[in-house]
Amino acid sequence: MIAEQLLFAFLAACAVTTAVLMVFQRNPVTSAISLIGNFFCLAALYLLLEAQLLAVLEIAVYAGAIMVLVVFVIMLLNVGDEVSLSFRPNLRMIAGGVLMVAFLLELLYLFTMAPGAGSIVVAAMRPSGLGTVESMGHALYSGFLFPLQITGLLLLIAVVGAVILAKRRLS
Amino acid sequence: MSVPLPYYLALSAVLFTIGVVGVLVRRNVIVVFMAIELMLNSVNLTLVAFSSFLGDVTGQALVFFVMAVAAAEAAVGLAIVIAVYRNKPTVHLDDINILKW
Repeated sequence: MIAEQLLFAFLAACAVTTAVLMVFQRNPVTSAISLIGNFFCLAALYLLLEAQLLAVLEIAVYAGAIMVLVVFVIMLLNVGDEVSLSFRPNLRMIAGGVLMVAFLLELLYLFTMAPGAGSIVVAAMRPSGLGTVESMGHALYSGFLFPLQITGLLLLIAVVGAVILAKRRLS
Repeated sequence: MSVPLPYYLALSAVLFTIGVVGVLVRRNVIVVFMAIELMLNSVNLTLVAFSSFLGDVTGQALVFFVMAVAAAEAAVGLAIVIAVYRNKPTVHLDDINILKW
């Protein structure tokens, strides 16, 4: 059990590090690579939570499809380094920073220390087979059948919209 | 699952906040876009954690839909970036201000 905790600590550290790198790298390609690393960490965390199908989808959809699209656009637009991170410490920035820290502390308090936060301890402590393709498929094709169909429609609309937007001129 | 649920929630809160910082600090459209993906992912982590700790598959089904919407959003968003770039060759958010007043 200690191995699982160590693995969690390692993956969490990796995820936070790559996320911070993503935000504070000047070169957008480096940002994109860091974000891909972050997706891999999250996929491993999903595996730790026994969500196998989602771990695979995270890599295939996010690290694969979406990030390829992003890197492609970066390459297409030939984006250079950002000149500065536009960090002029004016009043608005300071207020934003204070709000940000307050937001984080509030979330952390709510999740870890608030009364009743530990009460959702464990309903399904042991291997439930919840995240397998079988159980996910069963859920998606029975209870979520209508949303699934709508998702297909949404993807179709997105494809058409993307093509029309990116087309040079409509004739 | 020997790691308690609050740890996962705390991690996702930290990731979400980093994503918000990214949206606010960076001025490159594409990086802002990636920060939004980061926030979506942190929420996904929350959903998966709750789902497996409560033994309910609904959370994971929801993550499935979030992924589909994120894919659609990525395609349309990047197409918009390209369309804007064609009008005005910049990806700097402060320069894209035609609709601002």
